Amino acid sequence: MINDFPMQQLIDQDGNVLDHERMQEISIEKVKDMYYFMHRARLLDKKCVNLQRQGRIGTYVQYEGQEGAQVGSALALEEGDWMFPTYRDHAATLTYGQTMKNLLLNWRGRIEGGIAPEGIHIFPPAVPIASQLPQAAGAALAEKKKGTDRVSLVYFGDGATSEGDFHEGLNFASVFQTPTVFFNQNNGYAISVPVEKQMNSETIAQKGLGYDMNCLRIDGNDVIGVYCAVKDAVHKARSGAGPTLIEAVTWRYGAHTTADDPSKYRDQSESEVRRQTTDPLLRVEKYLKAQDAWQEQWKQEIEAQIESEIETALEEMESYPEPEMNQLFDYVFETPTWTIQQQIDEHLAVKGGKTS
Amino acid sequence: MSVAVETKKLTMIQGINDALSTALNEDERTLILGEDVGVNGGVFRATEGLQEKYGSGRVIDTPLAESGIMGTSIGLAANGFRPIAEMQFLGFVYPAFNQIMTHATRLRQRTLGRYTSPLVIRAPYGAGVRAPEIHSDSVEALFTHMPGIKVVVPSNAYDAKGLLLESIADPDPVIFLEPMRCYRSSKTEVPEEKYKIELGKAATLKEGEDVSIFTWGAMTIETMKAVEQLEAEKEISCEVIDLRTLYPLDRDAIAASVQKTTRAVVVQEAPLTGGVSSEVLSVIQDTSFLYLRSPVKQVGGLDVPVPVYSLENEYLPSVDKIKYAVEQTVSF
Repeated sequence: MINDFPMQQLIDQDGNVLDHERMQEISIEKVKDMYYFMHRARLLDKKCVNLQRQGRIGTYVQYEGQEGAQVGSALALEEGDWMFPTYRDHAATLTYGQTMKNLLLNWRGRIEGGIAPEGIHIFPPAVPIASQLPQAAGAALAEKKKGTDRVSLVYFGDGATSEGDFHEGLNFASVFQTPTVFFNQNNGYAISVPVEKQMNSETIAQKGLGYDMNCLRIDGNDVIGVYCAVKDAVHKARSGAGPTLIEAVTWRYGAHTTADDPSKYRDQSESEVRRQTTDPLLRVEKYLKAQDAWQEQWKQEIEAQIESEIETALEEMESYPEPEMNQLFDYVFETPTWTIQQQIDEHLAVKGGKTS
Repeated sequence: MSVAVETKKLTMIQGINDALSTALNEDERTLILGEDVGVNGGVFRATEGLQEKYGSGRVIDTPLAESGIMGTSIGLAANGFRPIAEMQFLGFVYPAFNQIMTHATRLRQRTLGRYTSPLVIRAPYGAGVRAPEIHSDSVEALFTHMPGIKVVVPSNAYDAKGLLLESIADPDPVIFLEPMRCYRSSKTEVPEEKYKIELGKAATLKEGEDVSIFTWGAMTIETMKAVEQLEAEKEISCEVIDLRTLYPLDRDAIAASVQKTTRAVVVQEAPLTGGVSSEVLSVIQDTSFLYLRSPVKQVGGLDVPVPVYSLENEYLPSVDKIKYAVEQTVSF
């Protein structure tokens, strides 16, 4: 199967173009955009790890190393499409329009953190593994029924492919030919369990064959390749050709979360080697240098801009008003039931009428 | 002035079919999803004729996967549709539990109202129809304990139509449990026109003076039989309340009845421990403690797995058990 699903690349890890024809569609400006979004996501991720260490946010889920897969796929979406992320997909949601402030609030335990700005369809990050896949099929089925050409893009990891909802989501999308892109990030580990123990199959892409679905395996650290592959899948979906399963092979450099110690289950020197070899940002830098389009000054400029954006978001997060008690009660049902109303009254009576 | 209302005598399953047809007819956003709901019209014929009438794009035969049905319905609901998802039997809802518990019931709160799940889960349930294993579970309490979903149980055609239409119109998730024993056990007059019955409102099946009996679903059948005998044999005047909605309970109706009769019995089919009957007791003691002349009795299923049908009559609360509990309460 590994021969049927080779890991496709547009740009190899040294920045060499492997598909010149396809690259003609991709301007240098577009590539620089991709680099900008990846760099932005990475700097935010690094900041968040520090913020967690300082106790300024709660347990944090890192994605460093996976920016190519997340940014490339997110940039392939258009307005009105639906994104179904997990808790590790903030590089994707940030790129698609979620705000830094909200992402920080998310890690501060705030409900607002899971809500995208008005008009941007991003579901709150799914925590129960693979549960978002059938929902993405459903949201896409709704678009199909409405007669639009909007699609859904759903993220999940290698471990998620063991869940029933992975198979049910793919099957429903296949049976109803929904415009859905199933975007798998195979980062090699489900917390501590390596992909070799997760499945006896050589690839995740091949699982799409069982559902007679378009399926392919790509280098998730090749942001341009990811962008093109997802763009193709989105185009198929928009034109009524049904769902696609994409396995994007990638790697998380860090721990599963800030509460995890990866040295218990893997040699972290592997991550250090990968930072020097397969890194998604480094690859774009090499490509741009080869095109004579890399300016150190540009990098410093965007870095300064991103750092200032992060500082502003951090200030907004830290000065954000404390949650109102009504968030607890007012959104369970459109109108609170009497049991909830009674509990509000008792809660307020004990607190002396204070709502926060 | 009396207004002539066209009615027809329907079984509960016909009342449900009527409600579904009404909902499909009046709102294009209404969809039905489930196993065998299309061509076959459902294993109990709840959706009979609906695919023919409204098309396979709206009455949708899905793959055999309960979690997939729920997850897809959540996506549809969040994106503008009003799905009615059928679980073929309540005993098969467990694979969908995660979707209901972690998504359908929380979506409104997780997004502060940006996305909601206005969907209905319909499921035949309960024992007493000699069904195969796992087809007879009564697990309504799993859902009354779950914040974010309303739990409705009709016992006759009139209630089924009005409650189902109200459930479909509800802006939040509703699980609509259909006691299989009630599907064809009686016929009631059902208006042909659309009407809705407010959720959270009980119905008085029979007024009485000495004791209030609270029940729902198929246990209304056993309870009414027991009451008939108690009144004839023992001259005990019983009031029977069909709760109809198990979350939220009709607190006012429970209180008013207990305060009138001063005694109460709760009859449920499900295993007693942790059941809805305990919640009814909680409402009674909270609202009517000083009115009670005797301890409230509960009659329920046993705290054992619902058995295969050779044992189901041993499992189910019987007329005799209900009579025994009522007599004990009255003679305390």
